[in-house]
Amino acid sequence: MEGMSIIVKKIVQLISALIFVFGMYSAIHGHINPGGGFAGGVLLSGAFILLIIAYGLDYFKLKQQTEATSIFESLSILIALLIAFSGLFAGSLYFFNNYFPAGTPGSLISGGLIPIYNVLIGVKVAATLSTIFFALIIYKEEIRR
Amino acid sequence: MEEWIIILFFVIPLFGAFVMPLTYLFSPESPKLITPVITLILLMLSLYSVICQPEQIAYSIGGWKPVDNVPIAIYLVYDGLSGFMLVIINLVAFFSSVYAIKYMEEYTGQKYFYVLMCLMIAGMNGVVLSGDLFNLFVFTEISAKSSYALVAFGVKKDELEASFKYQVLGGMASLIILFGIAMIYWQTQTLNMADISYMLQNAENNIFPVFVQLIFITGFGVKAALIPFHAWLPDAHSSAPSPISAMLSGVLIKTLGVYVIMRLYLSVFQLNESVSIVLLALGGLSMIIGVLLAFGAWDLKRLLAYSSISHIGYIITGLGIGMIMLSRGENHLAATLAFTGSLFHIANHAVFKGLLFLNAGAIEYAANTRDMKQMGGLAKFMPVTLTSSFSASMSISGMPPFSGFFSKLIIILAAVISGFYFIAGLAVIAGIITLSYFMKFQKYAFYNKPSGKSPVKEVPGLMRFSMISLAVLCLLMSVLILPGIRDGFLNPAVNTLMETTEYASKILGR
Amino acid sequence: MTLYILCFILFLVGVYGVLTRRNLIKIVISLTIMEFSVFLMLVLVGYISGGLAPIVVHPEGSDISVVDPLPQTLVLTAAVIAVATNSMVLALAIRLYKKYGTFDIRKINELKG
Repeated sequence: MEGMSIIVKKIVQLISALIFVFGMYSAIHGHINPGGGFAGGVLLSGAFILLIIAYGLDYFKLKQQTEATSIFESLSILIALLIAFSGLFAGSLYFFNNYFPAGTPGSLISGGLIPIYNVLIGVKVAATLSTIFFALIIYKEEIRR
Repeated sequence: MEEWIIILFFVIPLFGAFVMPLTYLFSPESPKLITPVITLILLMLSLYSVICQPEQIAYSIGGWKPVDNVPIAIYLVYDGLSGFMLVIINLVAFFSSVYAIKYMEEYTGQKYFYVLMCLMIAGMNGVVLSGDLFNLFVFTEISAKSSYALVAFGVKKDELEASFKYQVLGGMASLIILFGIAMIYWQTQTLNMADISYMLQNAENNIFPVFVQLIFITGFGVKAALIPFHAWLPDAHSSAPSPISAMLSGVLIKTLGVYVIMRLYLSVFQLNESVSIVLLALGGLSMIIGVLLAFGAWDLKRLLAYSSISHIGYIITGLGIGMIMLSRGENHLAATLAFTGSLFHIANHAVFKGLLFLNAGAIEYAANTRDMKQMGGLAKFMPVTLTSSFSASMSISGMPPFSGFFSKLIIILAAVISGFYFIAGLAVIAGIITLSYFMKFQKYAFYNKPSGKSPVKEVPGLMRFSMISLAVLCLLMSVLILPGIRDGFLNPAVNTLMETTEYASKILGR
Repeated sequence: MTLYILCFILFLVGVYGVLTRRNLIKIVISLTIMEFSVFLMLVLVGYISGGLAPIVVHPEGSDISVVDPLPQTLVLTAAVIAVATNSMVLALAIRLYKKYGTFDIRKINELKG
């Protein structure tokens, strides 16, 4: 897949940065705003996918990218699982025990562990959707050749 | 037993599934070691919980307490039936994963195989333990999605086609289940199974639960491959790699289909005689048509897949008889017998169908064919496969010292005591035809004159280990029906099914 | 009530598509239509008129009505599952296209189940 024209490339550069920032905002503020980890992750991966579509496959070394994304995918879910499991050792023997102080409702630092899970889910979803996209597009290119 | 141990049943395989892509970077051989170790730990844990925990546990994730007696936490519920299913799932998973080490060496992308297998085990253990419909649905989907990928693992023409068919039908089934869940939420405003049971006991609208039950028969009937919904099973189960076929036929259709039907229809919904009759009819139909389809098959794995349909029919028949007797409330002995037979047949079928698929895989591995007409004379070269498949064939067709005889006998006895002579007759006929086509398998595969190819070798040691252990289990499982041993393993599960309303009242405490 | 009936009609449209279309991609699209009809139904069932989003931003004791978060989380989770389904089916469709050179299911018939 080749890249598109210079106009598209320049505009995508601008827009994808905005989408990326909005995705991060959405994932971090998931516990006080509508949005959350999944929506944020979709936005993050959307920013990457937009860049790839505009610049073409050869610009990014996609094979290495796929390995990196699948490592991120596994790591984020492992960390989430470990944090959830650590609840067992924090007092009350409950899985997914929210043992952080709750904070004041409505502020960014609140909800205990929930923002951390949101960020991890965001990373996971972004990595997964990128992996799916890479896998489909690499395979399609292989068919064409 | 500590209550929190039950979360390990899905935390450990999930952890394994996501740690394997990382360890693979350092050592490509590590997934082969990690998966059997994980399944062995799970098997030990499940045996430990069956022995130490005859009572029900309701474990709330996150430690949320009920508000005004309404449970708001996500509940994991362990009781006799869950423990029974956990032992079976992890037993077959352990032997399949040991078998897979050698068998999968000719495939590419092996690490994904082990990751998907761990995810499937995690999903099945989660289905068995979950105490609300939300988690039940999610875990169902986890194991179903990984099984779709595993069916297509060989990426040959027919495997891809089978997986596509499986996915479209399975996806539609999941949506029908989700639709049913939406209906339940509409009526009761909750998804906790104990709470749903309580709300439905006090509901005035009687036609609504029947409607939802019929929807669920369609949805979970596809997952369990009852006869009008069975189209995907012969393709999917015969196309998957053999250890996965053993898992799919041995435990997946039972966990996603039969277990969920048992749990929902007996513990959650009110018993209803007309729905039970529908289940009984579907079971009888599957029993006889599955046998007839298997009789005409020449592809070995396809024969085994069709035979799975007929054995799911046996299980559902037993369940249906028990439900009818319970809802009439007259003959508790017959209901107990029917449930015992049904559950015992679940355990037996998991062991011998798993073993038969592993045998089919061994024949494919050694002689490189699945067509029974091209086999022949293998008895000389493959003594272990011969002996183990003989044990499994005798067990599946119901020869007396083997375990299959007792479970079929109990189901037929229950049908006779309850007065369903026609169903009992069908079960006997199906048993005889089963014997005949397994004789056909034995004769064509092992005793016919050799097909003239170069002599084949027996399979490697790890594959032999799985087959021999399961073959011994085929014989030993008959011990489970003896009075003293029955109390430890079968009876808690049967009691869970018999005490229909206890499930909710124990969790809610009212 | 009209909305529920419309959801059901959408569901039937999806079923019709899965059963009658011959193109793999169109089957996937019909499956997606079914999915979204069920999601719509779930969201509708869970909605309370005048309810707010179920986020705890108000101090305890203030008197506002929020909708039940349960069906919304269920829809969100089911949407994630739908993403998995769609990507799986599409990947398979690409693979099948490579093997058979067509998307027509009448020509993809190695198996008879």
